[in-house]
Amino acid sequence: MNVPLWLTYAFLYLPILVVVIMSFNASKNLFIWKGFSLQWYPAVFADDAVMVGLRNTLIVATSVTVLATILGTLMAVGIHRYTRGGLVRAFAIAPALLPDLLLAIGLLSLFSLLSVTLGLHTVIIAHTTFAMAFVTAIVLARLANLDPSLEEASRDLGAGAVRTFMRVTLPQLAPGMVAGALLSFTLSLDEFVIAFFTTAPTTPTLPIAIYSMVRFGVTPEINALATMLLFVSIFAVIGAQRLTKVTDAL
Amino acid sequence: MTTETASAPLAAPLLDIRGVRHSYGDVVALNDVNLSIADNEFFALLGPSGCGKTTLLRSIAGFETPSEGDILLDGTDLIAQPAHRRPVNMMFQSYALFPHMSVEKNVAYGLEAEGVDRAEIRRRVGETLEVVGLLEFAKRRPAKLSGGQRQRVALARAIIKRPRLLLLDEPLSALDRKVRAEMQQELKRMQHEVGMTFVVVTHDQEEAMSMADRVAVLNRGAVEQLDTPVGLYSRPSSRFVANFIGSANLFDGVAVDGAVEIPGLGFFPVDHALAVRSDATLVVRPEDVRMTPVGDAGTGPGIVGTVVDTFFLGGSSTVSVAVPGIARPVSCTVHAATGARRGERVALSFDLPRAVVVANPTPEPAATPASSPSPVLV
Repeated sequence: MNVPLWLTYAFLYLPILVVVIMSFNASKNLFIWKGFSLQWYPAVFADDAVMVGLRNTLIVATSVTVLATILGTLMAVGIHRYTRGGLVRAFAIAPALLPDLLLAIGLLSLFSLLSVTLGLHTVIIAHTTFAMAFVTAIVLARLANLDPSLEEASRDLGAGAVRTFMRVTLPQLAPGMVAGALLSFTLSLDEFVIAFFTTAPTTPTLPIAIYSMVRFGVTPEINALATMLLFVSIFAVIGAQRLTKVTDAL
Repeated sequence: MTTETASAPLAAPLLDIRGVRHSYGDVVALNDVNLSIADNEFFALLGPSGCGKTTLLRSIAGFETPSEGDILLDGTDLIAQPAHRRPVNMMFQSYALFPHMSVEKNVAYGLEAEGVDRAEIRRRVGETLEVVGLLEFAKRRPAKLSGGQRQRVALARAIIKRPRLLLLDEPLSALDRKVRAEMQQELKRMQHEVGMTFVVVTHDQEEAMSMADRVAVLNRGAVEQLDTPVGLYSRPSSRFVANFIGSANLFDGVAVDGAVEIPGLGFFPVDHALAVRSDATLVVRPEDVRMTPVGDAGTGPGIVGTVVDTFFLGGSSTVSVAVPGIARPVSCTVHAATGARRGERVALSFDLPRAVVVANPTPEPAATPASSPSPVLV
């Protein structure tokens, strides 16, 4: 047996395992196991604060997914076609790697300078900036592996620019776009720092709603919620990785 | 001379390329290319990599715009039309099959873009797939096909619109040796069957020589010689062509009246049109070199050398003979296996009526007789 390997995995996954196990705890106390129960799962859905947060987060995550996928794809195609240098590429992908805090403060400053009222729309704009960078990176990687003669073959066979893009280029980019979309969705779903800075107190996203609850003590309800989010994220990430090698893109 | 008829302007050419120049930045890819291609011809653009042959093909297809010159198809200007409007189709080197479409969708693509009605598309796709022998693979994706099958799909997709001109970019380079020989014959048969003008780009002189009716040899962005394969081989017009087409023994020397003088070998009476005292190269094909044992009666003075190596090729053998004063060993083709042994001294003589004298544009500085010739087969 490879002991160091298993220890490393334990280090990575034990905290998550604790959350999942404790979400089935019958006790109201977080740290004492009193037997198996599913009671905290329905409790999540009965909690108004959580439900409002969830609704807001789904609105944000869905909008971000759509916007980031479209803009990121167009960005990647533009960069691939019309630029050579690495600097343009680097700046397109940078928001994905910048510290969240920097982006959060910058966006908040910009919104107040422009006197934009904060709300879900500002979170959507904020999340789109970095999610789009991820989509750009993934689609660019896909484009780099694309045989340039495919588009030429389409033109050669009598298809104009629009038909070539719709019938040949887009279908070739689709796996990258889907991967980028799934990644955008999961990134937006649990993003806290940027959302905290750019939303109004009246429109908390789910991570902010949970943060408010935690301040009054952690209940097993939160464990149940975290477990459900975990599985949503896992499925999205697995989906994204299957469609393209995300690590290659970044 | 037939050279003139083969390269002379055609009465009514299908494609006429006049004074085409193109450069990428400082790199000149095409430098005043002129050639005409006749209807129904199997034409090859042959040259080493970087000679401009692919740029020329891409200019005809519309993916490059020459900076100067005209490309006329049936007398109408082709350059003014964008790639997707030209009645020209291309088979790409990578085949460029659309991986997300089945074979029949790939083949139908050109007709769909043209707006042909569905029943007609289905009929013509079936017909074309039958010509290339892929009817039973219609529903497959390109990834599930062999290299040879992919090549046929690419061909089917390129001929379905019945272009005036079919351009083939290194059509056989992605295939292995055996399939390649098969496809050479297949392409030739197909060209007769569909009655289309084929323009093939290749760096493989054997491929060009075996398939094409006429070949344009390109070098440094210009047409070096345009002739039939037989013409190119037996009457090369330059040192470059003589060296590039087939194997040849090249002897650099000086042209004199009605002959050429090769330092170290003497005078060879061969007709030529070069100025007296100009640098010249005598071209002798290996099959035009006769090898006899030294001292045999009737060999005359001849050239005496030492056998360096023998290469048995099945139906024939090539013998390399080092001749004092000549930098490279002379190669000589003999039928079947050879009895020559390494180190044996032999006499060589040339079949001079078949030899050619060409100008030598880059004579080497005063040759110092090489004492130990490098065993390189020219």
